[in-house]
Amino acid sequence: MTDIFDVPELEVRRRRWRRPNLIVGAVLVGLVVATAAVSYVWTPFDPEQVNVADRFLGVGEAGHLLGTDQFGRDIASQLMVGARNTLFVGVLAVSIAIAVGIPLGGVAAVRRGWVEELVMRLSDLMFAFPAVLLAILLVAALGPSTTSAMVAIGLAYVPIVARVTRGASLPVLERDFVRAARGYGRGRVFIFVRHVLPNIASVLIVQATVLFALAILAEAALSFLGIGTQPPTPSWGRSLNDAQTFISVAPTLALWPGLAIALSVLGFNLLGDGLRDALDPRLEVRRT
Amino acid sequence: MGVWQCALVASPSLRSGTPLTHGGRTPTPSTIPTVLVLVVRRLLIFAVTLWAASVVVFVVLSVLPGDPATLILGTQATPESLAALRAELGLDRPVVVQYLDWLGGVVSGDLGTSYISGLPIGEQILDRLAVTIPLAAFGITLSILGAVPAGIAAAARHRRLPDAMISTASQLGLAVPAFWAGLMFVTFLAVRWRIFPAGGFPGWSEDFWGSVRALVLPAVSLALVQGAILTRYVRSAVLEVLGEDFIRTARAKGLTRSAALWRHGLRNAAIPVVTILGLQLAALLAGTVVIESVFVLPGLGNLLLQAITRRDLLLVQSAAFVITAVILAVNLLVDLTYPFIDPRVRRT
Repeated sequence: MTDIFDVPELEVRRRRWRRPNLIVGAVLVGLVVATAAVSYVWTPFDPEQVNVADRFLGVGEAGHLLGTDQFGRDIASQLMVGARNTLFVGVLAVSIAIAVGIPLGGVAAVRRGWVEELVMRLSDLMFAFPAVLLAILLVAALGPSTTSAMVAIGLAYVPIVARVTRGASLPVLERDFVRAARGYGRGRVFIFVRHVLPNIASVLIVQATVLFALAILAEAALSFLGIGTQPPTPSWGRSLNDAQTFISVAPTLALWPGLAIALSVLGFNLLGDGLRDALDPRLEVRRT
Repeated sequence: MGVWQCALVASPSLRSGTPLTHGGRTPTPSTIPTVLVLVVRRLLIFAVTLWAASVVVFVVLSVLPGDPATLILGTQATPESLAALRAELGLDRPVVVQYLDWLGGVVSGDLGTSYISGLPIGEQILDRLAVTIPLAAFGITLSILGAVPAGIAAAARHRRLPDAMISTASQLGLAVPAFWAGLMFVTFLAVRWRIFPAGGFPGWSEDFWGSVRALVLPAVSLALVQGAILTRYVRSAVLEVLGEDFIRTARAKGLTRSAALWRHGLRNAAIPVVTILGLQLAALLAGTVVIESVFVLPGLGNLLLQAITRRDLLLVQSAAFVITAVILAVNLLVDLTYPFIDPRVRRT
């Protein structure tokens, strides 16, 4: 006899993760991570090897898979090493945003009153500065470098993380187990770390994934403007800046770094969407 | 009917959660103070935020390494001449005094003169805004023209081929950096096929249509990305509204699906979309900084970057503040339109 509660739970759980956007996103992100990892041990050519005789080679010429740039450097090798920089910037920018944003949002949610008001008004103010503009200002103050770009992008996303943390924490703080913990005499910090954070982790993971994509775009824009990653460190945005100079000589030079940026951002966006659907199926019903 | 008269005719029978439909409202004097209070409160918040933004811009840039006096006179200058120039520029005064002096200038409309070029900053910024504002307006118009029909079409054909195609296209659009789209346009439409100019700006008074043509590719590049984001919001807003009880009621009354959507759905869906539009204009203005660099347009973003490269502190400060002020003003306008789109706001 089949019991109605005899649902094949494992199958349900498996299906939850079997979503096209999640799979495509994970594959694209995996590809970027793998490329960056492989670049530490192998690249088709030395990415910094200048060879003026082989300038502007086309796709597949002289063994160069994607051709060469204005200095005769192998584009494929440059892109592979550039993936490291992209991931590095993303990881650090998102870490800064999370490290500052979660405590801020948490304090606002737990303390309420004037503390909450202050944090929220400050984040409103930060919203008036678009991330790229704030990053440009901070880079102007700190001097152009990858670190400045990471700090600037990370700080620009602090208010987003703080708001999401506060918004997600408030309903959790009203739940019975939090009241029980308060009754037990647990402190605010303990309650936030032990009871609230695990319950809002999925929201934060999704937010972090989306911010990662935004950080990649922001770093590319800053490096394109010449105020992000500095040469000789290979960066996709920087390569686009070089490509602009030689656009009439080698029009396809701008194609590859741009595709690399677009595919990485697409990967992180899809991964974020897929995770949101998988971790909170109720949201999917509302969204689709 | 003007917007102000429109604000005076809210029906007292409208309750929160009641759908918005046209007509059927009677004038009630009690709504005047509500709208006034709303507007005054919003204006106060605007003023405070604007002031706070000026503090942020000033503080960020006051830690800028590099002394403007050394930059102007060079590293060979004597300490005496450096000190004299610092005194002339007012850089030897306390930071608070420098801030108040700058703020006073901003309020009275006199932004001072650039340390480096010696040109009046206010005039330079105004000249550049004549390129940036039309570019941003052009970009947002194109993005609305593309995104609103696409979002509605996707929602109306939910989970069918048009929806899948539009959703995929907007996902791709989200991933493409606007400046890369710009570079691709330059590569193909300007360098290869010579349909549009690759960059530069002739000036509105010199060649009006040439100027419009110069802004087409930059505006399309901006609109591609912003349009992709907007499409997603329009789609989900319309989908949300289509699931509401009042649409079911309208359908039960015999309205077709599209008639119910046009009569009752779109105005309700407009509220979240307008909010996003305000935020998007901010992103778009920031995006112009990068796009102006791709198309070599003499806009405000271009001026800001030049000022950063030359370490022209006062100019960076003022240009960044003007961009922020424009963004805050746009958000103020968006907030002030709520009571006119959504009568429920007037009652809260």
